[in-house]
Amino acid sequence: MKQFWKSMLKSPSGVIGLFILLLAISVAVFGPMLFPNSPWRMVQRPFLPPFTLSTVPLGTDALGRDVFAGMIFGARVSLLVGLVSTLVALVVGVPIGAMAGYFGGKVDDALMRFTEFFQTIPSFALAIVLVAILQPSIYSIVASIAVVSWPPVARLVRGEVLSLRTREYVQAAVVTGQSNSWIILREILPNALSPVIVLASLMVATAILLESSLAFLGLGDPNLISWGYMVGAGRTVIRQAWWITVFPGVAILISVLGLNLIGEGLNDALNPRLSREGR
Amino acid sequence: MLSFVAQRVVKGVIVLLAIIVLNFFLIRLAPGDPAVVMAGEAGASDQVFVKQLREKFGLDKPLPEQLFIYVKGVVTLDLGFSFRQQAPVAKLIMERLPATLLLTLTAFAISLMLGVLFGTFAARFAGTVLDTAITVFALIFYAMPIFWVALMGILLFSVTMDWLPSFGYDTVGANLTGFAHVVDVARHLVMPAMTLGLFFMATYTRMTRASMLEVKRLDFVKTARAKGLSNAVIQRRHVLRNALLPVVTLAGVHAGTLIGGAVITETVFAWPGIGRLMYDALLQRDYNLLLGVFVTCSVMVLIFNLITDLVYRLVDPRIEFAS
Repeated sequence: MKQFWKSMLKSPSGVIGLFILLLAISVAVFGPMLFPNSPWRMVQRPFLPPFTLSTVPLGTDALGRDVFAGMIFGARVSLLVGLVSTLVALVVGVPIGAMAGYFGGKVDDALMRFTEFFQTIPSFALAIVLVAILQPSIYSIVASIAVVSWPPVARLVRGEVLSLRTREYVQAAVVTGQSNSWIILREILPNALSPVIVLASLMVATAILLESSLAFLGLGDPNLISWGYMVGAGRTVIRQAWWITVFPGVAILISVLGLNLIGEGLNDALNPRLSREGR
Repeated sequence: MLSFVAQRVVKGVIVLLAIIVLNFFLIRLAPGDPAVVMAGEAGASDQVFVKQLREKFGLDKPLPEQLFIYVKGVVTLDLGFSFRQQAPVAKLIMERLPATLLLTLTAFAISLMLGVLFGTFAARFAGTVLDTAITVFALIFYAMPIFWVALMGILLFSVTMDWLPSFGYDTVGANLTGFAHVVDVARHLVMPAMTLGLFFMATYTRMTRASMLEVKRLDFVKTARAKGLSNAVIQRRHVLRNALLPVVTLAGVHAGTLIGGAVITETVFAWPGIGRLMYDALLQRDYNLLLGVFVTCSVMVLIFNLITDLVYRLVDPRIEFAS
């Protein structure tokens, strides 16, 4: 563990990524307490340019709502949806991949055809259709992002399990008569974890992009402000008020960039074999 | 080669059937009785009309039979009727398909060419300032949401500099013909295609760079060098050709993302393709049209995957077709 943090902190991308993520998390957790302006309430005249009033630092939108407040409350939605939908995708993908890799044969065939099927369907189009049909809410958004993002997890875990299954310590566990689930959970999965962690960090980034794209198209939860919704709402008035679309977009860019950098840092730290050379 | 193609086509058809079945059940997930929804869309909701609709679309029959009717309809290119647009769904989609193909294929070509080019440069000059600059830009482009890139493009090139048109397929009312029309469409295409291409360009840049560096270290490159081949020949014939394999795989995997990106790009730039059609269907809760576009997108991805599979086999020096 100590070794892990040491190499993680050695890679510049990991450090920058961690810094950005910590910043985003603290904004999401503490921001609304320190800055209690409601993102839905009219606080000033509409189209107030940024940097004119210190109480509304980033100006107001077409309805006189505080852009800065929207960004702070939006951080909650983006991070929450990103994390939860990734967790759900892991909960679906890891068991499917583990079973396919461990049992092999017909089970593997069936599960992998199923996974490939989901991988062939255009993911964003499926997410749009699902959210539209289930009606937009935070639950339907998380569910549809999870539905479109679990297949890579299953494939990755399957590959890892496939190679670990033939190791001697696993064979030893089989010989001592351990149950299949015990072997998978206690012997194999802990050793297959590092690439899954790397993938998960990148999945959170993709989930944030997906959520913001859905919200941009008007498929966000109508009761929650999110960065994508703000950009979508500012789209029609972009000629008069650039700040309404620019700032929330920068917030998305920075968070996604931070998570991608963490992914790279994790990759360097967890797979030292692949790192360094040629960098 | 032929049997390989046949195998892939059969597999694609099976997946397609599965997608159609999924589609059928998605329609049934939509809130409300389909007949009542359709009657509402058609602007009348008296009991007789609902009953007529139910009979017409076989909604009074048992579920397996309904499924059979639905699959038969889709296979014969009957995707249902859009009451909102007062036209068959298949007709609406066919009208819009060329614009989407033009946009996605242009974006794909731009991203692949520039991505491989930048990736090769970055690998060639690994560790230099050029490499760092390319890597940083690729990381940033990779993290930008497409809809935001589109809006920033409009802000920069249409609003501020007034260089490029910000919406549409051609200039409305200009009635240009021949070459002038081609130029006009091309001017309208620049921003949407660049917007859509940027994300993928970043991906291909990163992938090409990583895999060039990986291949460079392999033994056969050393052999080629020992044979006395020039550096340019080694780079082009030995390193690049092998390094492109993961890029081709990635391009296949990304087909669906490309189509998803097209929905957003077409929405922002009012590009008259099926992505924009999907957005309109979404706004009007026109489920028939929405699911019709969804099936079309899936078919496009299947065809694209088939093509990348073939390209992979053509590019990969380890696979010989002759045998």
